Amino acid sequence: MTSSNGRLRLRRGGGPERTVESREGRAPAPAGTGVAGEARFDDPWYDALNSGWGELDGTGAPASVGPSADRGVGDRAGGAADIYLEVQRSAAFQEVRSRYRRFVVPGVAVFFTWYVGYVVMATTAPGLMARSVAGAVNVAMLAGLGQFLTTFLFTWAYARHARVRRDRAALELRWDTQELTRVVGGGHR
Amino acid sequence: MTGDHQTLALLLFSAFVAVTLGITTWVSRNRHGSAEEFYAGGRLFSPMENGFAIAGDYMSAASFLGISGLIALHGYDGLLYSVGFLVAWLVVLYLVAELVRNCGRFTLADVVAARMSERPVRTAAGTSSVTVSVLYLVAQMVGAGALVSLLLGGTSESARTWTIIGVGALMVIYVSFGGMRATTWIQIVKAILLMGGALALTVLVLVRFQGDFDQMLRTAAQRSGHGNAFLAPGLRYGGDWTARFDFISLGLALVLGTAGLPHILSRFYTVPTARAARRSVVWSIGLIGGFYLMTIVLGFGAAAIVGPEAVRASNAAGNTAVPLLALDLGGGADSTGGTVLFALVAAIAFATILAVVAGITLASSASVAHDLYASLRRPRGKQWREVTVARVAAVGVGVVAIAIGLLARDLNVAFLVGLAFAVAASANLPVLLYSLFWRRFTTRGAVWAVYGGLLPAVVLVLFSPVVSGSPGSLFPGTDFQYFPLENPGLVSIPLGFLAGWLGTVTSAERADRAKHAETEVRSLTGAGAV
Repeated sequence: MTSSNGRLRLRRGGGPERTVESREGRAPAPAGTGVAGEARFDDPWYDALNSGWGELDGTGAPASVGPSADRGVGDRAGGAADIYLEVQRSAAFQEVRSRYRRFVVPGVAVFFTWYVGYVVMATTAPGLMARSVAGAVNVAMLAGLGQFLTTFLFTWAYARHARVRRDRAALELRWDTQELTRVVGGGHR
Repeated sequence: MTGDHQTLALLLFSAFVAVTLGITTWVSRNRHGSAEEFYAGGRLFSPMENGFAIAGDYMSAASFLGISGLIALHGYDGLLYSVGFLVAWLVVLYLVAELVRNCGRFTLADVVAARMSERPVRTAAGTSSVTVSVLYLVAQMVGAGALVSLLLGGTSESARTWTIIGVGALMVIYVSFGGMRATTWIQIVKAILLMGGALALTVLVLVRFQGDFDQMLRTAAQRSGHGNAFLAPGLRYGGDWTARFDFISLGLALVLGTAGLPHILSRFYTVPTARAARRSVVWSIGLIGGFYLMTIVLGFGAAAIVGPEAVRASNAAGNTAVPLLALDLGGGADSTGGTVLFALVAAIAFATILAVVAGITLASSASVAHDLYASLRRPRGKQWREVTVARVAAVGVGVVAIAIGLLARDLNVAFLVGLAFAVAASANLPVLLYSLFWRRFTTRGAVWAVYGGLLPAVVLVLFSPVVSGSPGSLFPGTDFQYFPLENPGLVSIPLGFLAGWLGTVTSAERADRAKHAETEVRSLTGAGAV
């Protein structure tokens, strides 16, 4: 993986706060540049593994030194827990989470309401549902086929949103989090 | 049903059994029984393969024969089932698939237990998963018995008994020898057969009406004797308010139950990443949606070509509508084409039942070995022991399902499936969603959420008209019916969510912030996923 510039960094031992640089200002991969992104992310985890572990060396703060200087040996479990809390607080993670929630919460609300509305209408207002639209096709038939259509649309929209808006950032977070827990936890994760 | 049909159908079915047994032998060679291998097939299936396998796991004979039959008999009301079964996948895609893949290892309980005190949570989630699986399994076994007597051997009792035993024995062999890898390949083969069969019949129906969907609907409405009412809701679920609430209850159970079905959740662990899990759900939504669209054509086509009277005469529940349609489309009862198509449909239906049964057996054996046994045994057991337990559990689950299947063979299949969905939605979904999304959720909340959904669902069914107090119930002679609805979902699903909330706010222990952070980070990024 070559694109280490601009990536989120969770530096350990690099400063007192071990802050997480936000990815703010870096636009998510737009759909247009998706070709390169696609190829790279086609099998992200295996690509990542193949690219080796030496990346952190380039940051100027050798990662293997930081934690062992910071922490005693008995502190390991707490260390891993701290890392997750730290990542959770990081701006990069909160951005991924809010992107996920901002899409999923309204999405679920809309399709669930539409489905429950459809079932309730079908059982309580058969008269309206039986109204003819064209030939033998009535409102009920259109609504039923509409449910199929919206299901396909919602599926497409979710998959696209996840691919374009979430995958890249989530993969980087995964990488960095695992790097930190590996160092702290002695590689058990 | 003449001897020709039977022989050919039996031959085709034997071919399927031979192929699947071959697959089982092939994939189980040189495998050392690691848990990873047995429960998750090594986690290296591609999204497309897993998508087909999910579709194969989900599209049971109840969908293929049951829904088309309901549409053929009751018109539009049958279509409501298809919609519920499909929309349910949006819940899975949006809220469950990726997050569960990231957080868990083999079962639903893994996700919950990561945040909570492990033992009580595992026991609770394992119990509810096994309950759901056994209910679903019994439905499939009963369906297999009914199918065989309808399609092959008249209604002889011994044919049904031996079919149920035979199906059970086969699935135990598949699962205990082949594990997830064999089960997955069986699902894939079955999904391709099922889609191919449905597609061929759909094309033949549309050719019969020169591609005029409108013409087909009008013919169906005319032949049904209900006129245009056949094309609108209300023929089956209209009438009094009890029937209407019953249907709304069923609709809720269908749409929320899928995300809590153990054999569906365990399929997400067979792919390497959450992204692959998402893509397999997209594949399966495409396949399942296409399939249910075809069942609509098949159902109305059966009403238009065969006619509801002929369907009802063959089987009162409509389960033989598609085989009869195939017979007619092939050229009638005495033609070669009719015989071949009929035998093909019958063989596909058997293959469907067999594959679904194998998938559920595997999931429930995982729940027994990985959740129940692992939480009750002494700590520090060796890993190969757990897989051995799982293999034995597959045999045990098979025996239990065969026994209940033989006892319950007169129960309605659609009801049993609806009940399994209702229990899954009440007991499994609340605890799963709370664990993934609620910061303050505690161990007590998790345990209450499971039992608070499971017990009401089961108890309400015991006091429902299904069990007693009406002519069609299990014990028509006695009357202890206190709950009017056949499907408990409308009451038990909210109770499951309520119990989880109540358990959490009343518990003395505070939620562990670090563990919540770990679950949240892992679920959304995939850090530390196996």
